[in-house]
Amino acid sequence: MTEVFVLSDFPEFFLRFLALSLLSIGGAMSTAPEMHRYLVGERGWLADGEFTTAIALAQAAPGPNVLFVPVLGYQVAGLTGAGAALIGILLPSTLLSLAVSRWGSRRRETLAVRAFTAGLAPMTIGLLMTAGWILALPFLGDAEHRWSALTLIALTVIVMFRTRLGPIWLIAAGAAVGAMGWI
Amino acid sequence: MNTRPTSPGPAATRNPRSPLDLFVTFSILALQGFGGVLAVAQRELVDRKGWLSREQFLEAYAVAQLLPGPNVVNLSLMLGDRFFGWRGAFAALAGMLLAPLLIVISLAASYNVLSDQPMVAGALRGMGAVAAGLMIAMALKLSVTLRSNPMGLLPCALIAITTIVLVAVFRMSLVWVVPGLGLSGWILARWFIMRQRKAT
Repeated sequence: MTEVFVLSDFPEFFLRFLALSLLSIGGAMSTAPEMHRYLVGERGWLADGEFTTAIALAQAAPGPNVLFVPVLGYQVAGLTGAGAALIGILLPSTLLSLAVSRWGSRRRETLAVRAFTAGLAPMTIGLLMTAGWILALPFLGDAEHRWSALTLIALTVIVMFRTRLGPIWLIAAGAAVGAMGWI
Repeated sequence: MNTRPTSPGPAATRNPRSPLDLFVTFSILALQGFGGVLAVAQRELVDRKGWLSREQFLEAYAVAQLLPGPNVVNLSLMLGDRFFGWRGAFAALAGMLLAPLLIVISLAASYNVLSDQPMVAGALRGMGAVAAGLMIAMALKLSVTLRSNPMGLLPCALIAITTIVLVAVFRMSLVWVVPGLGLSGWILARWFIMRQRKAT
């Protein structure tokens, strides 16, 4: 069962997304494990399946992937939640980006900046792997759909490596296969 | 701020006419971006509009990637800012987000109504599985870039696996993981790069 979001939860909810914004190196998706931990594990506002649905909806719709964040906010607390989550996840990173971009990209070849990119790359990849694992979680716990879903996940990975097919076609195929009741 | 970025490379032939022009262009490219906007952004901004050369685009993306925040959102901000300052940054950002946000929230709202339909629930399950596959594939593809990492493959693999174990198994908060592993990675990479420089 999921817990109810009350108005007094609101400031903390907004602050969490503000903080996550500064941690989202490598894109908003790398904070998906942390959002899952907070929204599903710690507070119980969302179920596993709802979390995955939010990401699937954002992937199915056009636009940047970061839009899964307002969808999560919407599921927790309606339009206000969507607004708070989106502003929270974007405001700090936006201000920082503008400041750094104005400060100049000339220092890119310096030791400190090169070490920053190289040193953070493996962690970012680890976070993206974890995000994939968390998206697959609801299928692993679901005996009825486990093998068909795992097959679809594996097929997706193979197609992504072997072809240049746009992701929209895979999403559409997943929707069609699912609608026919095969997943 | 009304100048084009001045890094080398040909083919940046035109400027956006106004912040409105930026807003419309970014809206159009965001609406085409199913499952990722970057490829579309490259085609629209470099190949079709000629606002940036390929080199300038890559450079901007490298910086956008280095910073926290969604990469394409950072990219739109930085480009808007270069052409029209704050107004440009805001116009590009709004273009990138506004129309897709309306679409995705309407989808979410109607999903709450339609989720009782077994077909809709099934379709979403199928899309969820594909989304998981896309994420895993992206992570695997990106991990190929670790081969050219100055730290070498083994330290990189150790950091990546430590990240996965801490976050997926121990459910540790990113508030600790990112600064902790980030700082260790930075120090380690710095040491390896310095050693390489001494060796050559």
